[in-house]
Amino acid sequence: MKALAGLYVQQFKTTMAAMFQYRASLLIWMIGQVLEPLVYLIVWSAVSNSAGGSVGSYTTRDFAGYFVILMLVNQFSYTWIMYEFEYRVREGLLSFALLKPVHPIHSDIADNVSSKLLTLPAMVLIAVALAAAFQASISPQPWAVLAFIPVLLMAFIVRFLLEWTLALAAFWTTRVSAINQTYFVLMLFLSGQIAPLTLLPYPVQILADVLPFRWVIGFPVELLLGKLSPAEALTGLGAQAAWLLIGFVLLRIVWKAGTKVYSAVGA
Amino acid sequence: METQNPPAVHIKDLRKVYVVSQQESGAKAALRGLVRRRSIEVPAVDGISFDLAPGEIVGFLGPNGAGKTTTLKMLSGLLHPTAGEVKVLGYTPWKRDKPFLRQITLVMGQRNQLVWDIPAIHSFELNRAIYRIPPDIYRSTLRELTDLLELEPLLNKPVRNLSLGERMKCEIAAGLLHRPGMVFLDEPTIGLDVTMQRRIRSFIAEYNQRFGATVLLTSHYMADVEALCRRVVVIHHGRLLFDGDLSSLVQKFTDHKTIVVRLGDCHADLKEYGEVVSCVDGLVTLRVPKSGTAQVTERLLADLPVIDLLVEDPPIEELIERVFAQEKP
Repeated sequence: MKALAGLYVQQFKTTMAAMFQYRASLLIWMIGQVLEPLVYLIVWSAVSNSAGGSVGSYTTRDFAGYFVILMLVNQFSYTWIMYEFEYRVREGLLSFALLKPVHPIHSDIADNVSSKLLTLPAMVLIAVALAAAFQASISPQPWAVLAFIPVLLMAFIVRFLLEWTLALAAFWTTRVSAINQTYFVLMLFLSGQIAPLTLLPYPVQILADVLPFRWVIGFPVELLLGKLSPAEALTGLGAQAAWLLIGFVLLRIVWKAGTKVYSAVGA
Repeated sequence: METQNPPAVHIKDLRKVYVVSQQESGAKAALRGLVRRRSIEVPAVDGISFDLAPGEIVGFLGPNGAGKTTTLKMLSGLLHPTAGEVKVLGYTPWKRDKPFLRQITLVMGQRNQLVWDIPAIHSFELNRAIYRIPPDIYRSTLRELTDLLELEPLLNKPVRNLSLGERMKCEIAAGLLHRPGMVFLDEPTIGLDVTMQRRIRSFIAEYNQRFGATVLLTSHYMADVEALCRRVVVIHHGRLLFDGDLSSLVQKFTDHKTIVVRLGDCHADLKEYGEVVSCVDGLVTLRVPKSGTAQVTERLLADLPVIDLLVEDPPIEELIERVFAQEKP
């Protein structure tokens, strides 16, 4: 445990050094992270205003609150591991990772957390500025604010486990981008990224309930926005716990199978 | 085994067969390929056996595609053998047990493990954490490696700004920080200039001496092998061609010797003594059958105004080339 902590600290330093090298691309990446929810915010504000100030249970100011929180939640749970893995397999970097006496997921977690910590202050500032500019209405009960912390953490872990597992597709195919595209489209529609899920048709909502996407984005956002009852929050946490378990088991199985394939066909 | 210690590496009848799907040309075949892929089995390593004693440096030779890298990958645990026995330091490599991984390293001249955009020292520190190297040992190893490989001015430059040779030195250092007892080197000097090759060569010898590490080295540069390895293992088409002293390889595969004679001039006709390989400024190189060497030498000395005479084995490079050319699958 202490040794792992040492690894995490060292990875943090390495990630920081690397990010310092990539200042420009980091800035572009952050602009992207802000721009996407901002576009949806503006579109939905316009729709809401033309519909007399609200759509369903969302007022124009609710939409502003929704997408500002979404920006933060997405920033928190986002991973880039699926692009990374394809590159690793192609460049033979995975071979080096497999020869290290530590599971490679640790470096990835540490790297992800490190870069999140480093960009978080800027993102929070941007969020506050946007919330003020669009007069966002965010009014959670104190319990919801408290519950948001474990929910956000769970969202990160679940998304990380699932995307890391999906990234392992690189063991089987060199065309990972097709899988990534499908995944991102599903994510866009079924996580609440493009619109609050309660505004979507009922069958889509059912689908979103049984799939993991909603639980890693839409659910934490609605919780902090103050749209959920304690019972709904508890149900959501339960769904997250279930997906955490599923994700963990899947990761183990797929990792084992993937490394087996890799060691059969060669690096 | 004659040695009392168990071997550092033991492989017996090791095989690795790749299943490769074949794509035929033509539209019809391509359509058929969508439904059913034709696949063929390609044996990359086809039943080789050898042992390495602890502390040995052995040259692992063979032309491209002979199965060297595949063997190294099986020994380091990246590839699962199709058949046969393999033990390294008493472990089964493909299980990749952590105690095993802490004691080995694989350095590949054509692959990089250092983080590209940041100074090598960061990658070194990361390896310190990954291998759990105690701080004092890390410091002294780093100092030693820095001295031996002259890394001092390189450590704080981003890796992408280093030359090929400088990067290779850093790659080797990164691979040896945890002081592995088993070192696999796959073409560590590829693409490097002669000075850098020599420096890396002397470093490998030094590391082997200092830490008693076992080293298995592949290289296309015979100078590497001649300088470092008393013993060589030669494979071709996945099969073992030779395993033994470099000198007995020469004995086994040469039926000729080279006689270099310095004469006053080049005019004398030496064809009757042997095959004239070259004649430059009175320096004549003759190729003669091994059995006739003594007789030819005697005649040369008796018949001609010889200033100097040297009997040599043919250069190892030429020899290896001939060994590979002779052996048909």
